[in-house]
Amino acid sequence: MRAADSLGFALGSLRGGRVRTWLMLLAMSIGVASVVVLTSLGEGARRYVVNEFAALGTNLLIMLPGRSETKGGPPPLLGETPRDLTLQDALTLLRSPHIRRIAPLTVGNAPVSHGSLSREVTILGSTADLFPIRHFEVAQGRPLPPMDPERGAPVAVLGATVRHELFGNKRALGAWIRIADRRFRVIGVLTDEGESLGQDLGEMVIIPVATAQSLFNAPSLFRVLIEATSLEAMGLAERDARQLIRLRHDGEDDVTLITQDAILATFNKILRALTYTVGGIGAISLLVAGILIMNVMLIAVSQRTAEIGLMKALGAPRAQVLRLFLVESTLLALAGSLAGLLLSVLGILLLRYLFPSFPVVPPPWAPLAAVAVASGSGLLFGLLPARRAAALDPVLALSGR
Amino acid sequence: MIELRDVSREFQVGDECVHALRHVDLTIHAGEYVAIMGPSGSGKSTLLNILGLLDRPNAGSYRLAGVETTTLDEEQRAQLRQQQIGFVFQAFHLVPRLTAAENIELPMMLAAVEPDERRHRVDEVLQAMGLSDRAHHRPDQLSGGQRQRVAIGRAIVMRPGLLLADEPTGNLDQHSGQEVIEVLEKLNNQGITLLMVTHDPGLGRRARRTIHMLDGAVEQGR
Ligand SMILES: Nc1ncnc2c1ncn2[C@@H]1O[C@H](COP(=O)(O)OP(=O)(O)OP(=O)(O)O)[C@@H](O)[C@H]1O
Ligand SMILES: [Mg+2]
Repeated sequence: MRAADSLGFALGSLRGGRVRTWLMLLAMSIGVASVVVLTSLGEGARRYVVNEFAALGTNLLIMLPGRSETKGGPPPLLGETPRDLTLQDALTLLRSPHIRRIAPLTVGNAPVSHGSLSREVTILGSTADLFPIRHFEVAQGRPLPPMDPERGAPVAVLGATVRHELFGNKRALGAWIRIADRRFRVIGVLTDEGESLGQDLGEMVIIPVATAQSLFNAPSLFRVLIEATSLEAMGLAERDARQLIRLRHDGEDDVTLITQDAILATFNKILRALTYTVGGIGAISLLVAGILIMNVMLIAVSQRTAEIGLMKALGAPRAQVLRLFLVESTLLALAGSLAGLLLSVLGILLLRYLFPSFPVVPPPWAPLAAVAVASGSGLLFGLLPARRAAALDPVLALSGR
Repeated sequence: MIELRDVSREFQVGDECVHALRHVDLTIHAGEYVAIMGPSGSGKSTLLNILGLLDRPNAGSYRLAGVETTTLDEEQRAQLRQQQIGFVFQAFHLVPRLTAAENIELPMMLAAVEPDERRHRVDEVLQAMGLSDRAHHRPDQLSGGQRQRVAIGRAIVMRPGLLLADEPTGNLDQHSGQEVIEVLEKLNNQGITLLMVTHDPGLGRRARRTIHMLDGAVEQGR
């Protein structure tokens, strides 16, 4: 039998069994679409995180008090608490030639009020350098002024949301607000820049670090952001930072330094795994579609027993009958995959429309893998019905016994 | 053309063994017109299936056009069926989604005949069957007699030497049955060997030779 005729014949019999064909196309296309859309969501999450980190700046080191348990070493003695990471410690870091600037961070929650309006918000205590390091911009006024970090000042920079909630359409710059029981003058308002690492910038108030420390009575810093002079100097900056702290902490290496790369790599790994997992879940629906194809093809074989018997009587050998049925199920799987790809494009467009800030992009391997798995399962699950058809005894098939 | 020697066919049904054919000897020459008659269950269809290479005997020898068929494999038997044997069934067995022309074309498609040649031969056969104006009708748009003529057209389109018909008029009324028999006899007159199973004694008498079967055995008469 000529290839074109096999194809035409298979197409003809697919068109003959309308309901069955549509059912299988539907199952296949849903399977393929779910693989592509699910992996796109996973990939979108990964890209989202990567973008967020990129916005942080690449030559950033983060120092936190206490040794990270993941680094091993002897367990702390009973009752030993990690030594404080003080403002003095942080300022010492500037002695390294490989560190351009630092921003000490103290974080706490406190009620902020203006007139009769009051809100509980996150208070960030830091220095002027926080703004360039984290790429914070002010929409009005100015950022924290450069000054001696160890001296506080009653000034505050408001997040856009906080400003709106406390002041509405009134002018905030120069106004006095209350944080806990102290008075601060508003010197700036942050741009409405959305989120940074899941933290809503609009919901924050930034004040000088020393003031925050006394406000929260917290001698230890929460973090120190360290910016190296360049990407290449990251290693040297990390080494210097460790050494400088060790000198001040009686030779103990009791801080943890995280490079952004390490965090990013971890996130990347987790999110890749997530993408594969959801891809796997999608693949299960493909498998289900494959089994459905098998079932429906088996029904088709029993419905078309007489036709198969006839073809054998007309001189079609087993191999030819086998081939015809395989062509049929593969055609179905391929058409289903194409429809599924179309469906997934629609799904992705819809997701993008609903969540414009979330980069929903299919990983490049996903459509290929989905189509490959679909046609593979079409072939695989088409094999059993095709073999059954090929093995039919023509006499029995024709007599309907 | 056909030589059966001591052919037996048994079916195992549960513990029982049904002897559908018992030691059948039969010789049929090219161009003969043979009617096979006998009561229901006497083995007529079984004989026809073996002659048509759809079934194989448990014992004995069957030579078709000088070729011993019992030792052939499935592929070779399919090849012989395709080239030398045409079947006509009581229930027509047309493919319902295909038109009359496409049904007739089917054996040539399976045999990978060139499309041009196929179209040419389909037209020829349609004309011979008196169905030229029904070429693009599907089976459900045709009368019983027309359907059986399509089936005959399909059986002869590969120009076989042997035409096997199992009660070809069984599902037809008197008039259409008459038409179908006339078509078959015309083909026989043109040289094809015709074997026809029938229950109708009138039809049996028309054949030049009648074979009576009883309980799996052949009693030959003239
Ligand atoms: N596949 C089979 N399995 C078991 N027994 C069978 C099979 N095919 C035929 N037989 C038996 O073989 C015997 C002959 O059957 P066959 O179909 O050849 O009869 P027949 O002469 O064609 O009858 P009818 O005139 O009713 O068509 C019957 O007893 C039948 O039951
Ligand atoms: Mg019969």
